[in-house]
Amino acid sequence: MSTAVAQPVDEVKSTPWSGGRSPFNVEYGKLMMWFFLLSDAFTFSTLLISYGALRFSAPTWPAPSLVFQSFPGVIEHGAPLVFVGLMTFILIMSSVTMVLAVEAGHRNAKKEVIWWMLGTILGGLMFLSCQALEWTHLHNEGFWWGHVPTPEVMKEFFNKPGVTLSQMTMTSHQFANLFFTITGFHGFHVFSGVIINIIITINVLVGTYQKRGSYLMVEKVGLYWHFVDLVWVFVFTFFYLV
Amino acid sequence: MSTETTHAHTHEGGGHGEHEGMTRKRIWKVFYILLGITAIEFLVALGVAPHYRGALWINPIYIILTLFKAFYIVGYFMHLKFEKLDMALAIIVPILFIIGLILVLTNESHYWIDLRL
Repeated sequence: MSTAVAQPVDEVKSTPWSGGRSPFNVEYGKLMMWFFLLSDAFTFSTLLISYGALRFSAPTWPAPSLVFQSFPGVIEHGAPLVFVGLMTFILIMSSVTMVLAVEAGHRNAKKEVIWWMLGTILGGLMFLSCQALEWTHLHNEGFWWGHVPTPEVMKEFFNKPGVTLSQMTMTSHQFANLFFTITGFHGFHVFSGVIINIIITINVLVGTYQKRGSYLMVEKVGLYWHFVDLVWVFVFTFFYLV
Repeated sequence: MSTETTHAHTHEGGGHGEHEGMTRKRIWKVFYILLGITAIEFLVALGVAPHYRGALWINPIYIILTLFKAFYIVGYFMHLKFEKLDMALAIIVPILFIIGLILVLTNESHYWIDLRL
C-alpha cells in the first residue's frame, strides 16, 4: 500500500486561477480597457494593411517626400517631413505628460495630476490643430476623398519616370482616400481622447478620485491615450516614411 | 505557473497591485529613447534614403525601428512589462493574428499586380 499522503479533498486551492480573485491582478475596468484597445488595434491594422496591399500592387505611388514637404503657413516647399516631425514630437510629449499624471496619481498628488493632465489636453489640442492645417493644405492642393489635383500639380508628386497620367490619377485617388480615412480615423481617436481627458480632469478637480482613494481612472484613460500615440507611430511610418 | 502560491499581491479591491514600475527618471529615459529612435528615422528618411532610391533594405529599417518604439510605448508607458505574464500574453498573443492578415494580403496584392499587367 502506498504511504503517500493524499491531498485532502476539501483543501482550498490558492493558485491564481482557482477563483475568488483576479488572476491577472488587474482591476476589471482596466482589463476591459486593454481588451477594447486590442479590438481597436485590429481595426487600425485592417486599415493599414489594406493600405499596404493597395500600395504594394500599385504601379506607382505619390512620393511622401514630395507630397508632405510644406510647413503650412511658414514654408511652402522643400521642407519634407518637418511638419509631421513636429506633430510626432507633440504626440510623444503628450504621452509623457500623461504617464507623469499617472505617476503623480500613484502618489495621490492631486495638484500634480491636474497640471500633467492639462498638459496632456494641450498636447492633444495642438496635435489636432496641426492635423487641421495639414488637411487644409492637402485639400488646397486638390486632394480629398474622391478628388485628386489637376494633372500639372499631380505630376510633381511622382519621382518615378515613365508613369502614365491614368496611372497617376488612379494611385492619387487611392492615396487620397486612404490618407484621409486613416489619419481621419486616428484624428477622431485623438479628439475623443481629448474629450475623455477633459472629463477625467474635471473629476480630478472636484476631488472624485481623492474621495475614492485611487487615481485608477487616470491610469485607464492613460492607456487609451498611449494607444493613440502608438497608432500614430505606425501611421507616421507607413504614410510618411515608407 | 499553476504552482505559484505567493500571496504578496494582496488584492485591495482593484488598487495598484504593481510594483513601483515607472519612476519619473525612468519616464524621461523612455522619452529620450523614443525621441532618439524618431530622430534616427528622420536621418534615414532625409539623409540616407535619397541616395539609395528604390533600395529594398530601407523599409525594413523603418519597420524595425517602429516596432522598437511600439515596444517602449506598450511596455513602459502602458505598463504592460510590469503586469503579470498571463495578462501580457492575453494581450500580445491575439496581436500575432495580424501577421496572418499581413501574409494573406501581401500574397493577394501580388495577384493584383498580375491582374493589372
